Amino acid sequence: MIHLIMDTFLRYLKEREQEQLVKILSFMFYIFRHDDLKEMLDSNKDSLKLEAMKRIVAMIARGKNTSDLFPAVVKNVACKNIEVKKLVYVYLVRYAEEQQDLALLSISTFQRGLKDPNQLIRASALRVLSSIRVTIIVPIMMLAIKEAASDMSPYVRKTAAHAIPKLHSLDPEQKDQLIEVIEKLLADKTTLVAGSVVMAFEEVCPDRIDLIHKNYRKLCNLLIDVEEWGQVVIINMLTRYARTQFLNPNINESLLEDSSEKAFYASDDEEDEDKKAEAAALVKRKPYVMDPDHRLLLRNTKPLLQSRNAAVVMAVAQLYFHLAPKAEVGIIAKALVRLMRSHSEVQYVVLQNVATMTIKRRGMFEPYLKSFYIRSTDPTQIKILKLEVLTNLANETNISTILREFQTYIKSMDKDFVAASIQAIGRCATNIGEVRDTCLNGLVQLLSNRDELVVAESVVVIKKLLQMQPEQHSDIIKHMAKLIDNIQVPMARASILWLIGEYCEHVPKIAPDVLRKMAKTFTNEEDIVKLQIINLAAKLYLTNSKQTKLLTQYVLNLAKYDQNYDIRDRARFIRQLIVPTDKSGALSKYAKKLFLALKPAPVLESPFKDRDHFQLGSLSHLLNAKAGGYQELPEWPESAPDPSVRNVEVKDSVCARRTVLTGPEGAGVLLLQTTRGILISLFRQMTHELLHHSHSEQSSGTEDRKRGRKAVKNQKSSSESESESESSESEDESEEESEEESESDTNIRKKKTIAPSGSIKMYELLHRITGEGLAVEYCFSRQPFSPDPNMVAVQIQFTNNTNSETKNLHIEEPRLQSGMRIREFAEIGLQPSESVTVVMGIDFCDSTQAANFQLCTHTRKFFVSIQPPVGELMTPVFLTENDFKKEQGKRMSAHPRFSTPSCSIRVTATANLSRVPCGSDKECRFAGKTVSSGCLVLVTVTTKEGGRAQLTVNCEKMVIGTMLVKDIMQALSQ
Amino acid sequence: MIHSLFLINASGDIFLEKHWKSVVSRSVCDYFFEALERATEPENVPPVIPTPHHFLINVLRHRIYFVAVIQSEVPPLFVIEFLHRVVDTFQDYFGVCTEAAIKDNVVVVYELLEEMLDNGFPLATESNILKELIKPPTILRTVVNTITGSTNVGEQLPTGQLSVVPWRRTGVKYTNNEAYFDVVEEIDAIIDKSGSTITAEIQGVVDACVKLTGMPDLTLSFMNPRLLDDVSFHPCVRFKRWEAERILSFIPPDGNFRLLSYHVSSQNLVAIPVYVKHNISFREGSSQGRFELTLGPKQTMGKAVESVLVSSQLPRGVLNANLNPSQGTYTFDPVTKLLSWDVGKINPQKLPSLKGSMSLQTGASKPDENPTINIQFKIQQLAISGLKVNRLDMYGEKYKPFKGIKYMTKAGKFQNDCHLLVIQKLAG
Repeated sequence: MIHLIMDTFLRYLKEREQEQLVKILSFMFYIFRHDDLKEMLDSNKDSLKLEAMKRIVAMIARGKNTSDLFPAVVKNVACKNIEVKKLVYVYLVRYAEEQQDLALLSISTFQRGLKDPNQLIRASALRVLSSIRVTIIVPIMMLAIKEAASDMSPYVRKTAAHAIPKLHSLDPEQKDQLIEVIEKLLADKTTLVAGSVVMAFEEVCPDRIDLIHKNYRKLCNLLIDVEEWGQVVIINMLTRYARTQFLNPNINESLLEDSSEKAFYASDDEEDEDKKAEAAALVKRKPYVMDPDHRLLLRNTKPLLQSRNAAVVMAVAQLYFHLAPKAEVGIIAKALVRLMRSHSEVQYVVLQNVATMTIKRRGMFEPYLKSFYIRSTDPTQIKILKLEVLTNLANETNISTILREFQTYIKSMDKDFVAASIQAIGRCATNIGEVRDTCLNGLVQLLSNRDELVVAESVVVIKKLLQMQPEQHSDIIKHMAKLIDNIQVPMARASILWLIGEYCEHVPKIAPDVLRKMAKTFTNEEDIVKLQIINLAAKLYLTNSKQTKLLTQYVLNLAKYDQNYDIRDRARFIRQLIVPTDKSGALSKYAKKLFLALKPAPVLESPFKDRDHFQLGSLSHLLNAKAGGYQELPEWPESAPDPSVRNVEVKDSVCARRTVLTGPEGAGVLLLQTTRGILISLFRQMTHELLHHSHSEQSSGTEDRKRGRKAVKNQKSSSESESESESSESEDESEEESEEESESDTNIRKKKTIAPSGSIKMYELLHRITGEGLAVEYCFSRQPFSPDPNMVAVQIQFTNNTNSETKNLHIEEPRLQSGMRIREFAEIGLQPSESVTVVMGIDFCDSTQAANFQLCTHTRKFFVSIQPPVGELMTPVFLTENDFKKEQGKRMSAHPRFSTPSCSIRVTATANLSRVPCGSDKECRFAGKTVSSGCLVLVTVTTKEGGRAQLTVNCEKMVIGTMLVKDIMQALSQ
Repeated sequence: MIHSLFLINASGDIFLEKHWKSVVSRSVCDYFFEALERATEPENVPPVIPTPHHFLINVLRHRIYFVAVIQSEVPPLFVIEFLHRVVDTFQDYFGVCTEAAIKDNVVVVYELLEEMLDNGFPLATESNILKELIKPPTILRTVVNTITGSTNVGEQLPTGQLSVVPWRRTGVKYTNNEAYFDVVEEIDAIIDKSGSTITAEIQGVVDACVKLTGMPDLTLSFMNPRLLDDVSFHPCVRFKRWEAERILSFIPPDGNFRLLSYHVSSQNLVAIPVYVKHNISFREGSSQGRFELTLGPKQTMGKAVESVLVSSQLPRGVLNANLNPSQGTYTFDPVTKLLSWDVGKINPQKLPSLKGSMSLQTGASKPDENPTINIQFKIQQLAISGLKVNRLDMYGEKYKPFKGIKYMTKAGKFQNDCHLLVIQKLAG
């Protein structure tokens, strides 16, 4: 190929076709440069790869197409160097959509990354995987998201929340499954996740307000600790939520307000009726009582007005505007005024919102009037918005100061701003009757301004003002008639002509003369002026036909041959209407009425009127048009929906806390699991005491245990040092207990065994409520299961909370993975409020797959499943130090590092292993074997200097090994 | 949320683009260029520009437009605030935020943008967290990296990301433990031609540079906290404590940060530290005008007024100005009609003045616009509102830190680099 290019190159060189030559050269440069990059990417040196990736990313940043490098880049996705890896991710996400097939090659790397012990790597693998917009991998993404949603690390769960909208936009059909994940993540109690999951909620299912009920109070309480971007999203969502769930706090006031407004405008007779109706309505209204949840929201958002983030402040401001009782809305004004001292873009948005607010709640911003004064250095768009706000704020008391301020603005050099100021004066004059004359006089003075634009704008505004009371101002009209000679701005000329035409009776002498002048210049006028000339002519013809008949005909003739068809049409129409002919219809009789009807004065309204039907602070509000994805702000409900939906059931919450304590996943797990060693030791101490207790009060044993557990929860907040010392104590205790345990016969019902079983983690099999009074919990007793040594002993405790006897408790229809076996317990029965413990054996085949079966009573069947933590799949083995080392040499190892001192109690709490005697005090060794296949599991924890430690797990079964590492790490990393 | 980001320089070139979702063609920026053309001044481009399929939200900082492309409803302030945060981060990383700096560090910029947004939603914007993920480029580190082959990218999840104090990284160590606080106040006033104040307000910030080992817990108290009318805090400040005791209690981020910004209410009388005497007049029918300007200090508590800069936009009819400054230098731009006078320090014994004549277009009538005069200045060691820090205490760590507090008053109005105290004088 190079030869070919060289040939052409030479040919062009000979033919001296320079243009082609340049093209060829640049093309050669292009392919050679990329060749060079490919070579660097293929090299073994990370530094070269990094250099190449940096150049490629720089090209992407400049918008250059580098998609031809895709195969060379994607090869490096598993590169060890983390910076290269990250840059490859950047590249991959950019081009995956275009090179779908090749992108699939990288997927397995991310799948592996999802299992990495480092949470940052797990998270970034999920981030990139979910950013690859290739439809084929949707199922993989779905799976990854589901898994990450129950990850131990809140950071990974946050990433899962971020991935939800990505998958949704890629394949909207996954919506239902994604909603499930959202529901699960909404229940998450960490602040890190809250903002992101609400964001996902807003993108995927903003209408599923029912998902929020149970989490409402939690979100309100977490709000202050959520990161600022999350706060914005949550506040906006909660505003919508509150609008559907609570009552309008201003309901009574708004009625009063209406009545006063009506009284102002309505005529007397109507008023009386209205008042009666309203009085009746008022009586009907119940006194308003605010829902405590509504109050909670207002109270918890208020401190955020002090946020440094303008978006948060604005979000709270709109929440108060839309939700708060009128008396409390005022507090947002100060914060919004503060935002006005921020960047000009922020000012722009804030002013838009303030403008809308000032129409509804003027009083709120009145104390801050001066903050809206305009500075000569403000950008024009800010100036115009400030004018808008000032105009809205004007009332009888402050109008004089505002007008004085406006007068200075008129002298500004920014002409657009001057025009806006004149309009603002006009609006003040129409709104406030007392100053109308003053404003008019001021505007008339402006008519002698040297700047034509100022004059023109004044004319337009004066025209509007005069329409309100023309009789008194014929001298102004005369003055304006004189101006027509000088003013060139079409809009102003048109306005003057309209005024003269409309009020020709007030200026009978001048009007025909003006028409005469205009007829002379007709052909040179702008279209709007021409139309007004025709208009004037028509009106004069009707009132003063003697003087103007010929002029009118002349004008109409000119218009007949005008280039603009609007003007031709208008001329034809008017001629038919006013000039009586034989054919003219009935309409011409009414011509005078048509033309000289009393016209209502124009209403000068703020463009921000009624904008508040958009949620303030939103893009749609700013544009005054619905943007895609905008969620309407619902109207207040007539009667409040059931507030109890937000109740989180007390029993449930206890239970939830309990599962937090024991369950393998869930919100508080990270914290709790890491302190588990300590917890359990505390627990043992506690239950030990209880044990003695339960000898005397056997029947209340379970109750006590619950109380004991609560006590543990309280204690866990106690200081580290305390619990540390306790944990060392408890080591001996646990030994005592295990002796006790071995004494007891596990296969028969005996109350005594309850206590030791409680010392080990209890898992819930059947909840009291779902089980209709039958509560079932299980734990791994760590006893050898005597009927079959390959089975794990599972101790199950039944409690009958009903008032009737439960009979024939037994297991049916086990549904098991191939190879798994169950040894059922013998059928039992339960007296009311009796607790019974049995032991069954399950052969899990050394996997953490759940064993599913049905639990049957004489009346009901319940589907339940038991899933073992990996640590329970083994049984302790006793090895000497030498044996241990020998065995260790044979096995594969997985050894991540972590930075905490080890604690043997934590290891043995996590996994059923025994300690191996060891000479060095820096090393702790544990040994065990898997129950089913008898593979050796060896664990070594080596403490190193600086508080770091190394964990080594040796096991032939890789899966068991890695999972065990993960679990032990969690237990130790505290 | 944010779909793409384009960086556009003053001459209208797109020099960086980044997409977080599907690629949006750069032709979408044409709508922005249209708006730019329509705007008379660079800062008059509307911050939100609707286009048929997208919305463009832009901010202008350091003569660079940051244009974010949005596809659906999102609070505009959310995007604007985020874009400003991006600029602040760049400034923090590279010292300046210029086109050249961004181009030189394009890879770091890309890595930063990648971390700051995930799928268009902010992920990590806290500077302490970002700095652990991506180390800021320094000359030393570049050299070390090229030799050892190590990278700028952190391998562990930043500790702040999971902790309750996300703004502070753990394991901070310093040999010299220092905490410096700068109280900077800007006074912002409009004064009419008779010399009476129309509005005057003081806007202050407390910027901190804290380099302390470990996890220090600081409290900062003021002699007169009542002065602070409206405050906004860094997220580290415990709001409850402030509400109850008017004490700032916080675990500081590591390095530079803005602890507090406040506003001194207009109810309190604001002392304007300088005054201006002026006489600008044009005679009818003559092509000459007179210009006289004298500055003087007042109510400065004996502190010197420094770096004084006066600027004024003269009427369009003025052709040229022939002036004589008693100190400093002045320039007059005949095209923009902008007069600026770099005064320097005001000597109370010998007040600076600028006198002379202006020549007008012949035949032109007397200009009727009133020139406004803007003044900038600085006063060291003075917080004009009278705010005083009472004491700074540290808990949680054993060592004794070095503490320093500095006060400064500036004339000013937020970010615009050009103008500070706005004194509007109406001549004629």
